[in-house]
Amino acid sequence: MPSQAKKTQIGMMVNGAQVDGLVEPRLLLVHLIRENLGLTGTHIGCETTHCGACTVDCDGMSVKSCTIFAIQADGSEITTIEGMANPDGTLSALQEGFRMMHGLQCGFCTPGMIMRAHRLLKENPNPDDAEIRHGISGNLCRCTGYQNIVKAIRYAAAKINGTEFQEAAE
Amino acid sequence: MIPAAFTYHRPGSVAEAVRLLADLGDDARPLAGGHSLIPMMKMRLATPEHLVDLHGIGALKGVSREGDRIIVGAMTTQQELLRSDLALSAVPILGETIAQVADPQVRYRGTVGGNVANGDPGNDLPALMMTLGADYRLEGPAGARTVAARDFYQGAYSTALAPGEILTAVAIPVPPAGHGHAYEKLKRKVGDYATAAAAVILTMDGGKVATCAIGLTNLADTPLLADKAASLAVGTSLDDATLRSAGAAAAAIMAPAGDGRGPPDYRKHVGGIMVMRALKRAAEQAR
Repeated sequence: MPSQAKKTQIGMMVNGAQVDGLVEPRLLLVHLIRENLGLTGTHIGCETTHCGACTVDCDGMSVKSCTIFAIQADGSEITTIEGMANPDGTLSALQEGFRMMHGLQCGFCTPGMIMRAHRLLKENPNPDDAEIRHGISGNLCRCTGYQNIVKAIRYAAAKINGTEFQEAAE
Repeated sequence: MIPAAFTYHRPGSVAEAVRLLADLGDDARPLAGGHSLIPMMKMRLATPEHLVDLHGIGALKGVSREGDRIIVGAMTTQQELLRSDLALSAVPILGETIAQVADPQVRYRGTVGGNVANGDPGNDLPALMMTLGADYRLEGPAGARTVAARDFYQGAYSTALAPGEILTAVAIPVPPAGHGHAYEKLKRKVGDYATAAAAVILTMDGGKVATCAIGLTNLADTPLLADKAASLAVGTSLDDATLRSAGAAAAAIMAPAGDGRGPPDYRKHVGGIMVMRALKRAAEQAR
């Protein structure tokens, strides 16, 4: 066992800003985000790749940041929940959707849900409810029963697409 | 949960990865998508001293067609394969199976090579590759070789991979036009390993099954090929009596563990039902 693992210089873009630092290879991306960068919006839930609370966007993919080493994200572009508001500080369509549709209760899963929904809507701008449910199947919520999360994502899709939001599923 | 310390290597070629793995021996593990290995490292059930990350090797990525085979590079992610029209139009069962592997975030990182090479009996792709008659391309200190998926699995987490050897690609023969296919997976929740699952590829001729292959997931220490059940189906129109006898013949070779997914008898029972459902659905689709 190496007693003192060698630290390696890495750098990445996080929410549009370049960050650089020395990391031990075993440092998980979620710990870099929360502890080294102080971005505690990304949550740690199960730590076993099940719950999705730690989901961030990495190079156009939704990833569970508890299951990637920070050193593997060297050179990547990362977006966390802190990077989701509009540039003027107002809520993005997804954030507004979660607020308007009561898409959260305790809020613990919300950052991961929003980051996953962000990528889902990039890939499928007009998902039906079944596609939304399949798309967020890697994110667990223990409060809402998901109904309002699905509605929130549909609200955001309608807002982004400039179409009328129908609260009841089609 | 923080893994034990390790030294990180990121080779740029297969040759370099093989040399590292051969030199470092048992202290080293190849790292593909990491969604089996990293959780094990966090729980300290795995404590490799060296990780050889395969993400820097471009030659291991991508999907191509060589004649009547689809070639999937080992580091192609499950999500990338799910988005590959080239692969899915030729081998559509890949789409329906991969959509049932874990969850979206895991599929963005999880690789095809990692899923088939890890030897985890719960993984979905090994039984599928056996059903399709796929070959695995391996490269190690002694050079390159090809091993059939059907000869690759020796036990739980035990495979034909020699020390220092890695899987570089999966070569999947394109099934005949008009074939029927189905992957039926019973699971407790989305993202779970199968309680029982069955893959079927068949062709029909004049309303009767002409050829048939059946694979089974998570119903023994290794993925299984249900040869006898498949031969019972051939030559029939898959009437109810045939479906029942094929299901029973498949259940007879199942030896599942009892775990949170149910006791062995239950898993064999539902395993037989997965076989019957997959046969039926595959036959309905075949032209």
